[in-house]
Amino acid sequence: MTRGPLIAALVGNPNAGKSALFNALTGARQKIANYPGVTVERKSGRMALPGGEPVELVDLPGSYGLAATSPDEEVTRKVVMGEQAGQARPEVLIVVLDASNLEQHLVFAQEVIELGLPTVVALNMIDLAERDGLVLDPLALEVSLGVPVIPTVAVRRRGLAELGEAIGAVRSNFCSPEHARPHVTLPERRMLAHEMAHGAILSETARHRIHARMDKLLLNPWLGPLVLLALLFVVFQAVFSWATPFQDAIDAGVTALAGAVRATLPPSLPRDLLTEGVIAGVGSVLAFLPQILILFFFILTMEATGYMARAAFLMDRLMAFVGLSGRSFIPLLSSFACAIPGIMATRSIADPKDRLTTILIAPLMTCSARLPVYAVIIAAFIPDTKVGPGIGLQGLVLFGLYVFGIIGAMVVALVLRRSVTKGAASGFIMELPKYQLPTVKDLALGLWQRAWIFLRRAGTIIFSVTVVLWLLLNVPRAAPGQDQVDASIAGHIANGLAVVVEPIGFNRDIALALVPAMAAREVAVSSLATTYAVSSNDEAKTDTALVKQLQSRWSLPTALAFLAWFVFAPQCLSTIAVTRRETNGWKWPGFMLAYLFGLAYIFAGITYWSAVALGL
Amino acid sequence: MTLDKLPLGTSARIVAVDWSLLVPEEAQRLRALGIDEGARVSLAYRGVFAGRDPLAVEIGRMTVALRRVHAAAMAVEPLEPGEAR
Repeated sequence: MTRGPLIAALVGNPNAGKSALFNALTGARQKIANYPGVTVERKSGRMALPGGEPVELVDLPGSYGLAATSPDEEVTRKVVMGEQAGQARPEVLIVVLDASNLEQHLVFAQEVIELGLPTVVALNMIDLAERDGLVLDPLALEVSLGVPVIPTVAVRRRGLAELGEAIGAVRSNFCSPEHARPHVTLPERRMLAHEMAHGAILSETARHRIHARMDKLLLNPWLGPLVLLALLFVVFQAVFSWATPFQDAIDAGVTALAGAVRATLPPSLPRDLLTEGVIAGVGSVLAFLPQILILFFFILTMEATGYMARAAFLMDRLMAFVGLSGRSFIPLLSSFACAIPGIMATRSIADPKDRLTTILIAPLMTCSARLPVYAVIIAAFIPDTKVGPGIGLQGLVLFGLYVFGIIGAMVVALVLRRSVTKGAASGFIMELPKYQLPTVKDLALGLWQRAWIFLRRAGTIIFSVTVVLWLLLNVPRAAPGQDQVDASIAGHIANGLAVVVEPIGFNRDIALALVPAMAAREVAVSSLATTYAVSSNDEAKTDTALVKQLQSRWSLPTALAFLAWFVFAPQCLSTIAVTRRETNGWKWPGFMLAYLFGLAYIFAGITYWSAVALGL
Repeated sequence: MTLDKLPLGTSARIVAVDWSLLVPEEAQRLRALGIDEGARVSLAYRGVFAGRDPLAVEIGRMTVALRRVHAAAMAVEPLEPGEAR
């Protein structure tokens, strides 16, 4: 009989350090996909037992119990019960416990062990427990739980080999009936957990107060919000200033590559496709990889350190004003990187109306795909002057655009909660995890996964859209003396569209960029780059940066209106697709599209008309 | 006294919970976190703006954020200093 590798699953409470353990066990050999039918992320990876046998390890969403209260917990329940479509029932369960929070985590652990599957317990973060003055006896816990207990420190790779051995051992020496435990109720389990935890604690000195001391500052009613605001400001300044050298390097590389191709190949249409379409288009988007990585670096760090939950705590009151809760803050902050993981992160919001509202406003958070658009327009039209020590005008304008999006989102949420998503005000219940130093490896892995997603987009969607646009721009060829863009199919489409967008100050080139931008917003930049590369006949002029082209072709009011448009700009197709999946139908994505188009048009118009009236 | 009125830093035991004041899912979530009758808690932080919402409650070695409406459903009894380990 042939069979696949042994399937093992990591289960445990949120904040037990499951993901760190998963990363330590599987290294970079990970696959991230979705469970069919739901958008819960399925993380799996390969590890090997000490004997060399391969194991497929699945990281299940953190859960407080098998009675699910969110779609995430539902997946965990279904997988361990063997009811999840597309996932064979795990043969071995690894329960991950936070060693310093035993009394709480042992409640769910008992429930999992009672299932009667071969189970191993990883007593994780035992070093932090020791730092907190807790000395534990894993053997005592092993006796009371009836399954092997292995002390681990995922981030220092301690106990990993022992855990592997234990997995192999429980699988081969397991006899279910003897281990099957009587079913008990939650209060009984809690009492047992209390007894077991106390039985396993050898000594407990005064609690280490470092977390409390950090919370004293970070949750302080006055200083806490200031720290959060300052942090967010630093993030956005960093996104703009730290990335510059890397961006310049990528730009230079792209230009050099285009130049080299032009020098080697004879003049022909395919050569132009390669230089103007592929290299200019994809290259202009690729240049934003550094900025996206910096933004994700901050978001991942905030999550890994435990600060994100504090931010949610601080934001809860503000969110309550518009009928949401602090829980919505995390999906919304993720949406600054990309609305897709943001919308998927709303699964942790239990209240359906709350969740729907958060999904609908997530695209108003300025995602990293809009960053290239903002960045290029700001670089072209906002002078690079300092308005204070370390504060540049360009960074300030960027910050302002983000704030504009946030205010827009809040107002929309307020209106929605009083109309289409009306319902009882939702609550806010959330564990605040302990502070932790993130490990370089986990951060690097997270960043690499984000970079890979972006590069894949650049290589597929952005690549094909750019090529199609280039073809539409070059067919049919212009008669001598005629402008190529005007003669092309794309030019005709854009001229038609321009009638609609001209009142708000947009020119034909913008109309041309708006359509492919629906595929992915950053394509607006590559579209403009391709358009201007095509329309300049002069070889030398093709090399002038997009920034210069924009400065010579756009007025300031047009540029500002374009920025305002992109604050509300209808989101990319992937966002619409994920919204459809999350809301089970076309009703809400349709609504989202309509209201975003409306707002974008109105605000771009207001911006343009005011700027013209002010004589800018 | 209810949990929302407990002075910051005072240990107390939850003696009764009026579950009828809470949404069933939220009640379930609170119980899953161990916030239930008999639990030993203390109030660590209060929120930022007017209304001083939300609250951060310490239970065991865990800190849980919840709203005042939840805390108001929980009757607590402050523990004597000796009892409050």
